[in-house]
Amino acid sequence: MNDQSMQADREHWDLVIKPKNSLFALNLKEVWRYKDLLLLFVKRDFVAQYKQTVLGPVWNLVQPILTTAIFLLLFGRIANIPTDGIDPIPFYLSGITIWNYFSVCLTNTSNTFVLNASIFGKVYFPRLVIPLSVVLSNIIRFGIQFFLLLIAIVFYHFFKGAPLYISFSWVLIIPVVGLMAGLGLGLGIIISSLTTKYRDFTVLMTFVIQLAMYVTPIAYPLSFLAATKYKNLISLNPMSPVVELFRYAVFGKGTFTTGSILYSVIFTVLSLFIGLVIFTKVEKSFMDTV
Amino acid sequence: MNTVIKVENLSKQYRLGEVSTGALSHDINRWWHKMRGKEDPYLRIGEDNDRTTKGESDYVWALKNVDFEVRQGEVMGIIGRNGAGKSTLLKILSRTTSPTKGELKIRGRVASLLEVGTGFHPELTGRDNVFLNGTIMGMTRKEIMQKFDAIVDFAGVERYIDTPVKRYSSGMYVRLAFAVAAHLEPEILIVDEVLAVGDAEFQKKCLGKMSEVSEKDGRTILFVSHNMTAVKNLCSTVMYMTNGSVHEIGPTNQVINSYLSHYVNSSLFQEYENSEEAPGNQFVSVKKIEIVPKLKNETDPITIDKDVDIEFEFWNKVNGATLNLSLGIYTIADEHVCQVVSNPAILPKGLCKSVCRIPANFLNDGIYKITILIVQDQSKVLFEFSDTVSFEMHESREASGWHGKWPGFVRPQFNFNLAKF
Repeated sequence: MNDQSMQADREHWDLVIKPKNSLFALNLKEVWRYKDLLLLFVKRDFVAQYKQTVLGPVWNLVQPILTTAIFLLLFGRIANIPTDGIDPIPFYLSGITIWNYFSVCLTNTSNTFVLNASIFGKVYFPRLVIPLSVVLSNIIRFGIQFFLLLIAIVFYHFFKGAPLYISFSWVLIIPVVGLMAGLGLGLGIIISSLTTKYRDFTVLMTFVIQLAMYVTPIAYPLSFLAATKYKNLISLNPMSPVVELFRYAVFGKGTFTTGSILYSVIFTVLSLFIGLVIFTKVEKSFMDTV
Repeated sequence: MNTVIKVENLSKQYRLGEVSTGALSHDINRWWHKMRGKEDPYLRIGEDNDRTTKGESDYVWALKNVDFEVRQGEVMGIIGRNGAGKSTLLKILSRTTSPTKGELKIRGRVASLLEVGTGFHPELTGRDNVFLNGTIMGMTRKEIMQKFDAIVDFAGVERYIDTPVKRYSSGMYVRLAFAVAAHLEPEILIVDEVLAVGDAEFQKKCLGKMSEVSEKDGRTILFVSHNMTAVKNLCSTVMYMTNGSVHEIGPTNQVINSYLSHYVNSSLFQEYENSEEAPGNQFVSVKKIEIVPKLKNETDPITIDKDVDIEFEFWNKVNGATLNLSLGIYTIADEHVCQVVSNPAILPKGLCKSVCRIPANFLNDGIYKITILIVQDQSKVLFEFSDTVSFEMHESREASGWHGKWPGFVRPQFNFNLAKF
């Protein structure tokens, strides 16, 4: 063997483990190699949750129905807040459906390290697989709840004479869900990385996510605040334009501008980027602090 | 042969104690040093990881400047006392944690078996779990499908494969989990003491499978174990670690002998000057433990026909506590020979002493270590003083037709007569 090939042989290593990664060491190729695992985690999440229940996935419908009933009572009948000319039940249901997806993505991804510490401590795979599987498995849940929303819309059309709004805007649902997933994932992995050492964030999360719903136009339309100074405050919430865009997609009514949508998109991309940077930094050694 | 694992100057530091506000202030201090381009202040102050003595610093080096290479097809055993850094090394090799300093280079696909059945979900069926566990270990669905029948066959759980694993007996569970692991086909396999589970027959099957894999396919195996028999049977090279560093690397028999002799000579007694520095807690702390064999000459070897006293002294810090001692005898491979308890006694504050005599003609020849539990009210373990002292029982047979190793842990002399009927 001559010097050069020996040199080349010595330099070739499949894996070099060093104390620190470069700032942005995300290896998407590796995540792709583990796509089978990703799908199996999705299956596990979904199947295991409803083992030994009679109703199974039907449970996904109970929560939005009950929440809609409460909203109808509180915001509709007692507070008398208008619903943008949309029938109240489909209106609330649409908000709850999209909010549920976001909040479940956020809360479940934020537990990534703490909940899976026992697996992470024993074997290596790209840790990002877990939060991605959460986002994916909840799309199934979102689909079921969205189906409920469709039933409500069709019901109101045929029995109450509400106009049926079918247009190209329905295509917008896909980017809306994408934005929700991205925002939930981005914020979720930031929090999950922080909770590995300091559990304070877990405590914080439990109520912040509940409170956040009230500063997002879920139980009221953004147009209701149009004349007040609170409109700007609520608009600062990057979730607001997304929810309004979702309502526009489904009902053709929503309050947003190109600027506000752009704001949400930039916010999502930024949180995803920061999330991935922190996540790849933490995943290497979180077992020592978790 | 190629080098497939190359470890250079590998070190790993751990912080002791709880993560709390103290950790936050250290983090801020560390960040402040980093911002000014200075070295991490806590990397300098780490101490050797000797868990029996109380240290000055909150930071210890679980691994310190570890260097070694493993060649392709080599089966390397890693031995050492508890806390020598074996598991930390495996964790870094299997990428579940990262080193503090140094570098590790690997050629080929690595699968680590630090545990069998990682990711098994109790609610899922055996079939689902095979796929889940297999993919976690790095196989693809396609690979698992090809080997599925072989896996089920190896585990011998065909009838239960569509039943949730929570209904499995613990034996079946482990067999299925190991079957998946045994069918991984990585270039490098890292195995921790997972063979401690399962019945003897299955252990043999696993060891057989492992040596088959390394001989036939030229796979590299790193194997951590306290079971010297398994290490002897399986490994060609052994690395002996002490206090986070490599003590010796070499041919199996040589290193194992050096390990055993080191283990024995160093530890016939342990003594502590004052109760602050001694192992213990707010209730009790250890003063002394010593093996006192009853020999004619002090330099004689301890043979199986001699009484051996184990003297134990400790400080009781709670006046009037009802305490008793529980003494465990273990073999060097961590097999539990027996557990002996003392009478309970109501003790005043201060120094207490006990002597436990292991009678002659009880233990077989071999190396034994002692663990002592201090128990309150015969139910609550106040303190566990484990792997304290150890001693070697030597053979006393002089003239006999047979010179092989006497089997078993104990060698009592029962009434056992044979005569013409």
